[in-house]
Amino acid sequence: MNEFLQKLYDTFIYDDRWKYLTNGLKTTLVITFFAVIIGMLLGFIVAIIRATHDKTGKFPILNFLAKVYLTVIRGTPVMVQLLIIYYVIFASVDINKVLVGVLAFGFNSGAYVAEIVRSGIMSIDNGQFEAGTSLGMNYTKTMFYIVMPQAFKNVLPALANECIVLLKETSVAGYIALEDLTKGGDIIRSLTYEAFLPLIAVALIYLVMVVTLSSLVTRLERRLAKSDRG
Amino acid sequence: MIEVKGLKKSFGELEILKGIDTTINNGEKVVVIGPSGSGKSTFLRCLNRLEKPTSGKIIFEGKDLTELSDRQLCAVREKMGMVFQHFHLFPHLTILNNLTLAPVKLKLMNKADAAAKAKVMLDKVGLADKADAYPNQLSGGQKQRIAIARALCMNPDVMLFDEPTSALDPEMVGEVLNLMKQLADEGMTMVVVTHEMGFAREVASRVMFMDGGRIMEENSPEEFFGNPQNPRLKEFLSKVL
Repeated sequence: MNEFLQKLYDTFIYDDRWKYLTNGLKTTLVITFFAVIIGMLLGFIVAIIRATHDKTGKFPILNFLAKVYLTVIRGTPVMVQLLIIYYVIFASVDINKVLVGVLAFGFNSGAYVAEIVRSGIMSIDNGQFEAGTSLGMNYTKTMFYIVMPQAFKNVLPALANECIVLLKETSVAGYIALEDLTKGGDIIRSLTYEAFLPLIAVALIYLVMVVTLSSLVTRLERRLAKSDRG
Repeated sequence: MIEVKGLKKSFGELEILKGIDTTINNGEKVVVIGPSGSGKSTFLRCLNRLEKPTSGKIIFEGKDLTELSDRQLCAVREKMGMVFQHFHLFPHLTILNNLTLAPVKLKLMNKADAAAKAKVMLDKVGLADKADAYPNQLSGGQKQRIAIARALCMNPDVMLFDEPTSALDPEMVGEVLNLMKQLADEGMTMVVVTHEMGFAREVASRVMFMDGGRIMEENSPEEFFGNPQNPRLKEFLSKVL
C-alpha cells in the first residue's frame, strides 16, 4: 500500500507533475473546440455545395474542388496530414503549434462533417423542396428554413459522434511536440519510468469527457424529438 | 388565366406530354382524370413549373412561365397554390408555423398578421384547435386540410391539386373533398387531378381526360360522363364507374 501511495505521489504530486495533465487537458480542449468550429463550418459549406450540385447542377467547379478535398482528406491518415501541415506547409514559418493543430484537425474533421451533413440533406424527401418551391420560396430559403433544420436533426447523433472522435484523435498532436493531454501523461511516464498511473489517468480523463458529451447529446436529441411525438 | 400551348415534356427518352393545348379561365374548376402514366400529374406540375417543359408555352396572367428567370418564377408561384398527394407538411414546425413560414420569410406579411391570417384559415378548414400541434400528430385527412390552408395563406389566384385524396384512408376522403367543394363554391379557380369521379361530376365546370400524354376529350361533366365520344374514355369510364 505504501508503495502505491509513493507511486501516486511521484506521479502526480512531486514537482507539481499533475500540471502536465491539466495543462495538457487545456491544450486538448482548446484544439478540439476550435477544430470542431472549423470542421462544422467547412463541413456545412462543402455539404451544401455538394448537395446543391447534386440537386440543381449548379457550382460545377466548387463541387469538383470539394470532391478533391474530400478524397484527399479521407484518403490519408490524420497524423500524416498533421505532419505535412506542420513540417511542409508551415516549415519556414514560426507558427503557434496549437494553431497548427486546430487547422489540421479542423480541416480533417470538415471532410467527415461534410459527408454526414450531405447524407442528411439527401435523406430529406424531395417533396419538402417541392412544397417550399410551390409556396414561392427560392432554393436558398427552402434549404435554410425547411430542409436544413430537418437534416440537422437527423444527423445530430452522427455529428456528435464526429466531435467525440475528433476529441480522441487530437491525441496524436504529440507528434509535432504539442503538449496535449496524451503527451502530458507520456512526459510523466518518461520522468517516473512508471507507465500505469499516468496513462490510466489520461484514459480516465478522456473517458469522462466522452461520456459527458454523449449524455449532453442525448438530452439535445430528446428536445429536438418534440416534433416527432405522434 | 392559364393558357397552355403545345406543351411537351420528356424525361430522357420518354415523352410524357406530347403536346397539350388548353385554356383555364378565371373561376373555372377543371378536373383532370385519366389512367396512371397518362401524364396528368406531369401536366399539373408543369403549370407551376415544378417541372421544366421541354417545349411549349404556359402563359399565366400575361407572363410566359417558360421564359421567366428563377427569381420571377418564385413570385409567380406565390399566386399558384399547390396541394400534393403526400401533403408535404413541414414536420419540424408547428401547424401554425407551417402556415406562416412562407408569408413571413417572403416578407409578404409580418409575423402577427401572418398568424392572424393563419388562424382564420385554420378556422376555415375546421382545425383551429391544432395550431400548436405538429404534423405527425394529425390524421391524413387533417394533414391534407392543413396543406390546403397553408396554400391558401398565400392568397393564391389558382389552386392546383395533385391527387389530393389518393393517399388517404377512405373515411378521410370526404372531409378533404368537402373542403375543396367549399373552395370551389367560393369561386376559387382550381385544377384538380383526381380519381374521384363523384367530385368531378359534382364540382367540375369542365372535365378533361388525358391518355398517352394528350388531352383526348374535355367537356362539361354532363356531356363528359353522359355522352363520352372518345373510345379510350368510354373504356376508361366503363372500368371506373
